[in-house]
This record gives sequence, C-alpha cells and structure tokens, in this order.
Amino acid sequence: MNLRPDPTFHASPKLAMEAPVENYAFTVMLSPDGSQSDGIAVVDLKPGSDTYGEIVHQVIVPNKGDEFHHFGWNACSSSLSPLSGHAFLERRYLIVPGIRSSRIYIIDVKEPLKAKIHKTIEPEELFAKTGYSRPHTIHCGPEGIYVSCLGGGGEDGTDGPPGIFIMDCETFEIIGRYEMDRGKQDKHYDFWWNLPQDYMVSSEWGLPPQFENGVVPEDLLSNKYGHSIHFWDLRARKNIQTMDFGENYQMALEIRPAHDPTKAYGFCGVVVDTTNLQGAIFTWWRDDDGVWQSKKTITIDPRPEKPENLPPLLQGFEAVPPLVTDIDLSLDDKYLYVACWGLGEMHQYDVSDPMNPVLAGKVELGGIAKSEKHTNGKDFAYGPQMVEISRDGKRVYWTNSLYSTWDDQFYPDDEGGQMVMADVGENGGLTLNKDFYINFPKGLRSHQIRLEGGDCSTDSFCYPSV
Amino acid sequence: MIGEMTTVTALWWAVIFSGLYHGINPGMGWPLAVSAALMERKHSAMPKALAMLALGHFLAMIGILLPFSLMIFLVEWETQIRVGAGLLVIAMGIYLLINRRHPKILARIHPARLALWSFLAAMAHGAGLMLVPIFLGICAVGADETGHIAAQSLMGSNVTTAFLVALVHTASMTLAGGVIALTIYHWLGLKFLSKTWFNLDVVWALSLVLVGAAGIAYALMGH
Repeated sequence: MNLRPDPTFHASPKLAMEAPVENYAFTVMLSPDGSQSDGIAVVDLKPGSDTYGEIVHQVIVPNKGDEFHHFGWNACSSSLSPLSGHAFLERRYLIVPGIRSSRIYIIDVKEPLKAKIHKTIEPEELFAKTGYSRPHTIHCGPEGIYVSCLGGGGEDGTDGPPGIFIMDCETFEIIGRYEMDRGKQDKHYDFWWNLPQDYMVSSEWGLPPQFENGVVPEDLLSNKYGHSIHFWDLRARKNIQTMDFGENYQMALEIRPAHDPTKAYGFCGVVVDTTNLQGAIFTWWRDDDGVWQSKKTITIDPRPEKPENLPPLLQGFEAVPPLVTDIDLSLDDKYLYVACWGLGEMHQYDVSDPMNPVLAGKVELGGIAKSEKHTNGKDFAYGPQMVEISRDGKRVYWTNSLYSTWDDQFYPDDEGGQMVMADVGENGGLTLNKDFYINFPKGLRSHQIRLEGGDCSTDSFCYPSV
Repeated sequence: MIGEMTTVTALWWAVIFSGLYHGINPGMGWPLAVSAALMERKHSAMPKALAMLALGHFLAMIGILLPFSLMIFLVEWETQIRVGAGLLVIAMGIYLLINRRHPKILARIHPARLALWSFLAAMAHGAGLMLVPIFLGICAVGADETGHIAAQSLMGSNVTTAFLVALVHTASMTLAGGVIALTIYHWLGLKFLSKTWFNLDVVWALSLVLVGAAGIAYALMGH
C-alpha cells in the first residue's frame, strides 16, 4: 500500500501520453504443442540501453499446456476513480491466464529483471467458484479485477454460458461471477467499459469446441460463431442491449472504446464476413435517446490467390481473407490499428471522425501465400497479430501468433515467434523499425504484449483529456 | 464561567477543524467534484456536485449525532454515555487500522448519485463518529450552564446543537474540499489530482482513536 498514487496511474489519457516512455515490454511466450512450459518474456525497451530490443528476463511457469494468450494488470489508472477515494494500489502484478488449462498465474513484475510468480490459482478453484473456464481478457475495474472467460463449466466448457468473474485486486482471491442478468449473451470474448458513464461492452468469439482444436469450417460457413456485442449497465451488472451485427459478421472480437471518458463510442473488429471474406470494423455509439447504435465503417477486401498457394482450408475460396484479429486505439483516440493476420498487413486508420475512418498508413509483413519479409531482411512467420501502442502513440509493437491450432491451419508451413515495432510519423504513417526485431526462443510463439506502466489496451481513465 | 466559555469556543473550533480535515480527504469526495465539472464540461457542475456531496455528508453527520442528542437527556448517565461514545470512536479507529482493504462498496454506487455516495463514504469512514465526542462535550457544557431544567427542553437544545454542529462541520468540509477541487479545476490541472492525493487511511484511523480518547478523558475530568 502506497502513501501516494502509483506514478503510472494517470487521471486522463492525455496525462498518460505525456508520461515517461515505456522501459520494458512483457510478451507472452507459448508452446503450441505443450511440449515446453509457457512464460512471459521481459523485453528491454529503454532507449539507449545495450540490450535494447532483447529479451532480458523470462518467467517460465512450472506447468505445461497452459497456452498463454491475453493478460493484464492488477491495477491501472482506474484506481484514480473519484468513487473509490482510495488510489493507493500498486501496478505491480500481471494476471496471466492459461486459456487452455484455465490456470491463472499472478506474476510480480515490480523489478522487471527479477519478475517471478507470486501466486497460482488452480483451474479447480476457478471452476468451483465461478462455473467458468478458459479465462481471457483482464481489466481493473471498480470492485477489483474483472476477467472474461470463453468457456462455461464441464469438460468442454459448454455446460452453462461463459462470462466474467471478479477477483480481489490485493489478495487475488476469486470473488465470484459478475453477471446478474446476462440477457442473450451465451458466448464471450473481450470486454471493456467507460467507468464514469457506467457502461460495459462485451463481445463473442465462439464456444471452446469451436476454437480449441482449430476453426471449425462448417460452423463458420453456417455462421455459428459470435456476431453480436452486448451493452451492460456496468454497476447493475445487467445486459441492457444486445446488438447483432448480422450473422455473416463472424467473430466479433476486440472491443476498443474511446479512451476519453466523455465520449460514448468505440470500435469492434470482425474477423470475417462470410458473404465476401471481407474483414470489417464497426463503430458503435450511444444516440441521443440512450440507445446503442452501430455502423460498419471500415471494410478490408480479400486478396485473390491461386488455390495451390493456399492452405487446404482456403483453397475452395481462391482468396486470402484479411482476418481482422486484433485492433487497438491510440490514447488520443486518433489512430486505430487493425491487424490483418491473413493478408499480412498492419493498417493504421485516422479515426478522428469515428464514423469516417481514413487509411493513414500500412505495413506489409508476413501473410498467407505471401510471407513478406521484414525490411531488415528477416522472416516473419504468420502475419501481424496482437498489437500494442506506446502511451505516447509513437511506437506500435506487434507479434505474430493468433492461437496455436489456428496458426497451424492458416499457416501450415510456418513456425516461430516474432515481435516487431513500427514508428508512427508526425502526421500518421507507419514504418517498420529495422533495428527492432525479436525472434523468440525455439519452439515458442508469441501473443499479447503489455508495456511497463500501462498501454493503450489496459488503462481505463476516469477523467477527460483537457 | 470563563473556563467554560473557553472550552465551548475550543470545541466549536474543533467542529470547524474536523470539517476542514474531512474536506481535504479525497475519500470524502473532492475528486468527484473535479470529475463532475470535467465530464459535464461546464463550470456550474462543480457547485452542484459539491452541494450534493455536502448534503450526503450532512445527513451522515446528523444521522450519527441525533441518537446521541436524544440519549443525553439522561443527565445522570452523562459521563457513562460520553465514555461509551469515546470507546465506540476508538473501536472504529482500530477497526479501520486493522481493515486496510481497498473499499469495494463505494465503487458500486452509480457515479451520478453523489449525495448517496457521500453519505455512505462518511459512514464507512466513521466521519460522523469523529464528531460525537466533540458534540457531547458541547452538550455537557450547555447542560451545566442551564442547570437542572426540564429534560425535554434540554433535549430540544441538544437537538438544535446537533444540527448546528453538523451544519458548521459540513460547511467547513465543503469549503476545504471545494477550494482543492476549484484550484485543481481552474489552475493546477488534472496532473495535481494524483499529486495532492495522499493516503490518509492511517492518519484518519489514528485521528478517530485520538478524538475518542480525548472525549473519554474530558468526560472523566468532568468538563
């Protein structure tokens, strides 16, 4: 417990942008076949450091087969909420769930170079206390740490709907389920919120049998993956509106609300439109009557390709779908980064007008039937996937693996984990940085990145930028 | 007589001081006034927010003081009541010292319900209890002055005192919190929000113990 708020807590997004730059990144390392233990790589980002851009420490967990995916902090700028009146938590622990094992590790990163496991929550405890499995997205909220789960109870996670549970932010005890009234919500993926305006938005991927052993083509073509997002009264824990984008918009994944809490809009990325293989971004907003609306504001076309160049899964379509698998919004709410994991492209859209995004920059790297090399001549397996933006918006980091079994379906010939970085131009534009290229240890792939002191997909702000 | 006057004056100053003290504590709500003005993007939102916070705080104070004002007409039990009240305040302080957990209940209240938030925040922190020994001190001096008048009129005067104490205390609390909120909103900027935010938990809990102990001491000394 501190006497002053943690210096990495910022009242507004603007103050976070003005804060000192990141010194370290924490990146997930996962063993796709469970032959090795997963871990967290600590990457040196200190400008001018001799080990800049290198993995300087690894926290390797004792178990195998966890499959790390997303993770988050025990506390963030939301601690400065005027409602808590108690801003003295420490941003010190990473909450790292195993999406396959349902085991959760609490990793102490107070000293990044000596980061270590602080506590382990076994899957049985999670099942017993919540009835949920396959924990995923982490956000620090009003009553503690909120964790979304992709699975319900039972062996295959289909016994009851998946949902969110709350964990104590100091003891890391699982408190229990979040939902009082989930309405139509029966699948889960991401969630985020606007704390002062008291709403939450959640999204849908699919149920565990639809993703654990790879994408199920029949389910995809019959539009059985998630295509709705849900709006919640955050404190009443009640689903107030379910918005169906249309059943062809398969896999509504990342939810990115505007960071400025006076704004009531945000974005959601859709992996694939099954009618034309396009990737899509929807802008959602609350209208004057308090009803949530949405509109498709970005579409990304597939690229025609000869069947012989394609993995078996895509040969019948004779095209490479963009596969929008991650999006991230800069803290000034100006640029939306869209990872097109299939095409092998990272797009940067100017979303100053959220209803009319304009493509401002693009990097081509990897890609199905393309395998575009890095500008430094090195290989990049798969395509650009998990993307994270520095607080000041000047550097964009990303890794390449989507999810073990899916990597193998879409890129059967690729293997490896890479993390790269691109510099953002003064007036937009995105250029790969030749000097920043991390090849992960053999046999390990990489997924989500977290930046020391917070980044553009962790911190929730309670005061507007003025 | 002069001694009693001084005691009364000192006690009223204690009421004002405790108000200022509560006001600067972010846990009593000044950050909410800043956020209200910023979120609604208009200056008038701040006085409105401060008024709501003041209302909640006032209700919490009077909610604690009134039962004691009704009790004290048992003049012959005055010392025991004051000692008991002191012990209660000390207990609250010790409880807050032991239970240093991040408070969750307050985060459950809707951000727009400021008066309710302020009421519960004051209750949860034992803000009203901190006033009890001071209030009982004022009543005791008042009772000495009036001598053996009818219990009913004594009770009436104690109720009036309770309202006065709560009012003066809330006014000074609002003044202190308002000055901080206004300064941050108009001049210093949000950066100072986290800079001026100190962890007063331990100091606060110790204050309760101190006030409770002082209340007992004065009661036993017959002031």
